[in-house]
Amino acid sequence: MSGRTLRGKVAIVGIGETTYYRHGKSPDPEFKLALKAVLAACADAGIEPRRIDGFASYSNDRNDPSRLAAALGLPELRFSNMQWGGGGGGGSGAVANAAAAVACGMADCVVVFRALAQGQFQRFGAAPPGGTVSGEPAFNAPYGVMSPAQRYAMRAMRFIHENRIAPSAQRAIALASYHHAQRNPRAVMYGKPLNEEAYDASRWIVEPWRLFDCCQENDGAAALILVPAERARDFPKKPAYLLAAAQGSEHRNAARVHNAPLYATSSFTTVAPNLYAMAGLKPADVDVLQSYENFTGGVLMSLVEHGFFAAEEANAFLVPENLLAPSGRLPLNTSGGNLAECYMHGLELQVEAVRQLRGESTAQVPDAHVSMVISGPMVTPVSSMILGSAETLQ
Amino acid sequence: MTAATYLRPGLPVPVPENDGLDAPYWEGTRRGELRVQRCKACGTWQWGPEWICHKCLSFDIGWQTIEGRGRIYSWERPWHPAHPALKEQGPYIVVLVELPQAGGIRMLGNLLGDPRQDVRIGAEVEAVFEPHDDAKPPFTLVQWRYSGR
Repeated sequence: MSGRTLRGKVAIVGIGETTYYRHGKSPDPEFKLALKAVLAACADAGIEPRRIDGFASYSNDRNDPSRLAAALGLPELRFSNMQWGGGGGGGSGAVANAAAAVACGMADCVVVFRALAQGQFQRFGAAPPGGTVSGEPAFNAPYGVMSPAQRYAMRAMRFIHENRIAPSAQRAIALASYHHAQRNPRAVMYGKPLNEEAYDASRWIVEPWRLFDCCQENDGAAALILVPAERARDFPKKPAYLLAAAQGSEHRNAARVHNAPLYATSSFTTVAPNLYAMAGLKPADVDVLQSYENFTGGVLMSLVEHGFFAAEEANAFLVPENLLAPSGRLPLNTSGGNLAECYMHGLELQVEAVRQLRGESTAQVPDAHVSMVISGPMVTPVSSMILGSAETLQ
Repeated sequence: MTAATYLRPGLPVPVPENDGLDAPYWEGTRRGELRVQRCKACGTWQWGPEWICHKCLSFDIGWQTIEGRGRIYSWERPWHPAHPALKEQGPYIVVLVELPQAGGIRMLGNLLGDPRQDVRIGAEVEAVFEPHDDAKPPFTLVQWRYSGR
């Protein structure tokens, strides 16, 4: 590998979240949620908010860094950044962009954040009524293909067909998230357990996905604070060092009207090798994984493309006991994830990945030193990242 | 409406992009012609429409009328109505159809017939033009049905 790397150069030293609400239920408007998450992350890091000098987000977050900087009275804004691409595919990419700015000296204390108030704004899962459509939507919407589930179900259906995936494989992913959420009082689905019978009896949203295969939509905000690794020990909490991050997608993934040459993909076939190369790690080194569930089929393909098992092993690997903390082979979505903690557009997964390295998770994996996040399967660009404890830098 | 449509009326009306890129497709379907892009320089088939050939990077992209037949490559069956016009629709089938006679490009459509029927990946299908003459502006969709029916 070349000398150009982010490995070990930046650390996450603060995490913050608002209360997580069902969609439309936040008493606060979206911008106020963003402010609250940023201040919570500062409090966690033990820093004065005016030390922040940069912001990064993704998915066209509406809460502009310049307004945040003015509202917070920051002395100066040195870095503002938006990761291209819709959906949650930019979650780890935004961390990567912020880390790159910190690593190269453009900024010293960058916040990665995401805020959503879907009562104030349009939901993702409901199409706006009437009107005309052109471009890509003109080839989809008149056939009833509008919501994210409808746009991506055919990728998963093809993967299921090619690899003879059993319904139990997708079900195990949903059960793992709900299982972990029962131990997490912050989770929107806390106190609402899910079992196999309830999953099997749930209604179809779009075949091959049932209700519990699909993420929630929620209101809330989350934030992370990134600083140079050499300063990380000055903060009260155990630092989570960025070992690698990668973003992108494979050859012509966005070819229009569902014409990606490799269609049955979570878009990570080229991204994941870049990630492991930067980290100098392999899948077996990962202690705990947060993998963005827009839909369970996307998680399934993400796990295959990140090398945790081969497609033909999916039915055998994807059983609940392999996915549960503390002792499963690959503890997955240990806070409850998008399905059962909160659809904070995936940034709650980065927060949980940090908690695992600190030993603060409600579904803690013992001796977690390598903590991975996979962001937003099936969209493009997608991204993923690996965090490590101080021990992983030695 | 001159004929029943597969999905209930009220969904967004497709119009050509304002830069004209896909106008030949939408004009073609009104005449009952299925037209897709083919590079004049290297012969590569291309769908959806783009301004440049992804293979040889020529801007000299032509449009070719093709026979409306293909094979089901993937499919889905939506049940939850994501749009108000579909509230009383019930389930419906969307198919992604691969066209071997046009370089394996794929096109989207609904699979006509019983919305609860079995869908077989690899099955042969043929195009059916579905005019929406009362829409503003009028347009014609390309739909699919199992071949030989």
